Amino acid sequence: MSALVVVQDLVKTFGAGLTETPVLRGLNLTLQTGEVSALLGPSGSGKSTLLTILGTLMQPTSGAHQMLGCDLVRASDSARTAFRNQHIGFVFQFHNLLPDFTALENVIFPAAIRAGRETAVAQARGKDLLARMGLQDRIHFPTAHLSGGQKQRVAVARALMNRPELVLADEPTGNLDRASAGQVMELIAQINQDEGTTFLISTHDEKIAALCARQLVVVDGQVQG
Amino acid sequence: MLYALKIAGRYLTASKAQTGLLVLGVAVGVFIFIFMSALIGGLAELILSRTVGDIAHVSIQAEPEDPALLLAGSPLLVQQKSSTTAANLPTAANFIALIESLPGVRAVSPQISGAGFVTHGAQVAQVSINGLMAGRESAIANLDGYVVEGTARLGAGSILIGKRLAEDLNLLLGQSVRLSSTKGIETALTVTGIYQMGAGGPDRRTAYVSLGTARTLFAMPQGLTRVEIKLTDLYAADAMAPQITALTGLTAKSWTVDGAQFLEALSAQAKTGVFLKSFALITIVIGVASALLLSTYRRRPEIGIMRAMGASERFVVLVFVLQGALIGLMGGLLGAALGYAALLPFPAGGQFRTGSLPIDIKQGSYGLAIGLTLLGAILASIWPARSAAKVDPVTAIGQ
Ligand SMILES: Nc1ncnc2c1ncn2[C@@H]1O[C@H](COP(=O)(O)OP(=O)(O)O)[C@@H](O)[C@H]1O
Ligand SMILES: [Mg+2]
Repeated sequence: MSALVVVQDLVKTFGAGLTETPVLRGLNLTLQTGEVSALLGPSGSGKSTLLTILGTLMQPTSGAHQMLGCDLVRASDSARTAFRNQHIGFVFQFHNLLPDFTALENVIFPAAIRAGRETAVAQARGKDLLARMGLQDRIHFPTAHLSGGQKQRVAVARALMNRPELVLADEPTGNLDRASAGQVMELIAQINQDEGTTFLISTHDEKIAALCARQLVVVDGQVQG
Repeated sequence: MLYALKIAGRYLTASKAQTGLLVLGVAVGVFIFIFMSALIGGLAELILSRTVGDIAHVSIQAEPEDPALLLAGSPLLVQQKSSTTAANLPTAANFIALIESLPGVRAVSPQISGAGFVTHGAQVAQVSINGLMAGRESAIANLDGYVVEGTARLGAGSILIGKRLAEDLNLLLGQSVRLSSTKGIETALTVTGIYQMGAGGPDRRTAYVSLGTARTLFAMPQGLTRVEIKLTDLYAADAMAPQITALTGLTAKSWTVDGAQFLEALSAQAKTGVFLKSFALITIVIGVASALLLSTYRRRPEIGIMRAMGASERFVVLVFVLQGALIGLMGGLLGAALGYAALLPFPAGGQFRTGSLPIDIKQGSYGLAIGLTLLGAILASIWPARSAAKVDPVTAIGQ
C-alpha cells in the first residue's frame, strides 16, 4: 500500500478575534491507496471542514496537504480546480445534483468539464456507472423526479466518473433511510473492489462506520484511530 | 464553450415563464428602439423632402462679372446686377453629359434664369424667370407633384406659374400672358400649368419657361446661367462639389453652404433619437442584469457543485454570460420582428400620408438594434456572472 493523501499539522481556524474558532488543531492523517475509511465525530467536530480541505475546496490556515505527490497548499486556485476535477470525487449530503439535468447528464458532468463536451465515451461510462448503481431505468430521468436514495446513488456514480483516486463523501447517507443507506454503502464497497478507489466517508452513524475498513474519529481538532 | 452553451440553454428552458417574460421585456426595449429609429429617420426624411428635397444638392452658378471694375464696389448694385442680368456659363453645356455620368448623380438640370415681368391685361407682376430644359422640369423641384392645373411640361410658348400669381393676375389655365425680361425682350406665352408649393414663397415669385424661351428672353443663344445637380445621397454633396469643380473648372457649390441650419436641425433631432434609443438600451441592460443577478443567486448551490466538480471560474462566467447573450439575441430578434410587423402598415420610402406619423419602415435599424441588444445583454451579464463565479463552493453547497 502506498500513501495517497498525507496531511501534517493541519490547522484550520475560522474567524478572528472574539469570533475566532479553532476547528482543526494540528491534525495528522495519512490515507492509503484503496482504503475505505469512516470519519466519525460529533456534529461540529470538524468533519466537513477536513473533507473540504482534503477536497481542495478550502485552504487550511496552516499545515501541509499532499496528494499524489502534489503540494496542494501551494497550488494555484486554477491548478487545484483542475486537480479535483481529475483526481477527487465528491458526494455531499444536500444539494448534490444539478436539478435541471437528467441523471446521466449529472453523472458525466465532471467528464464534460474536462473534455469541454459530452463525449460518447463519457456517455457510455456514465450509463455503465448508473447501471452498476441499479439505475439503468433512470438514466434519462430529470433528477428532480428521483427519490433521495436514487439521488445519492447518482451522486456516487458522478463522483466516480473521472476515475478519481479519492472520493470524499460528507454524510452521504445522513438523509437516507436505513435500506437506502445500506445500498449506497454496498455500492461503495463494490466500486472500491472493482476500481481500487480510496474513500473517506464522514458519518455520525456507528453502523455505517462499521461497514468501513478503517474508522477515524475527529476529537479536539485531531484525528484518532 | 459548447458545453457552457448547453448548460446556459438548459437554465433558460428550465424556467420557461421567467425566461419568456425576460425575453419579452428585452423585445419591448428593442421594439421602442426600432420604432424610434423609424420615426426619427422618417421625420428627417420628411423634413428633408419638404425643405432641402426641392433644392439642388450641388449647383454651378455663373460668377458675376467683377464688380470692383465695373461698379466701384457698391455691394447693393452688385447684388442687383447679378440677380437681374445673370452672368453666363459659356462652357457649362459641354459638361452636362459628363456630370450626368458621374456615379451618385441622380439628375442634372441646365438652367437660364433671370428677372422679368408678367403682364396680363392691365396687371403687371415682377417674377423671377426660370428656364428649364424640356423633359427635366422635375429634375430638382418636383414640379410634376406640385402642378394643380394643367401640366408641368414646358414647351416653346408655354409658361408655368404659381397659384398665387395666377390669383393676383386673375389668370386662368390656357390664357395668354406677356413675359418681358430685364434685357427688354418680350414674348407672348400661354399658361399651360399652375403649381402650388404651399409655402407661399415661390408660388407668387417664380415662373417657369422652357430653356429655349429663356434663351430668347435673355438674348443668350449659348451657355447657361446655372446648372443644378441632384445626388442620390444628399450628404455626399460636400464631397461631390469639389469633384465637379475639378472636372469642369466651374465653381460647384454644395447645398450645405447655405443649408447649414437644416443640417443643425436634423442633427438636433438625431441627437434626440440617440437619447431615446439609449434609454431603451439602458432599460434592456438593467433588466438583463437584474434577472441574471437573481438567477445566479438562486443557483448558488449549483454553482458550488459545479465548482466542486472541477468547473473553472471561467466556465461559470461563460454559463451566465451565454445566458445573457441568448436572452439578448432572442429578445432582439423578437423585438425586431415585432417592430417590423408594427411598421408594416406605414408606407415605405418616405411616401408619407398627411396626418399619419412620418415613419419609414426602412429606417428601423433592425441589425443595429439586434446587435446593440446582444452587446448590451452580454455586458449586463458580465458582472452577475463574475460574482457568481466568485461564490465560495463550500458556503454555497452548505446553504
Ligand atoms: N465558514 C465557517 N465560518 C465559521 N465557522 C465555521 C465555518 N464552517 C464551519 N465552521 C465551524 O467549524 C466547526 C466545525 O464545523 P464542521 O466542519 O461543519 O463540523 P461537522 O461537519 O463535523 O459537523 C463548527 O463549529 C462550525 O460552526
Ligand atoms: Mg458536516
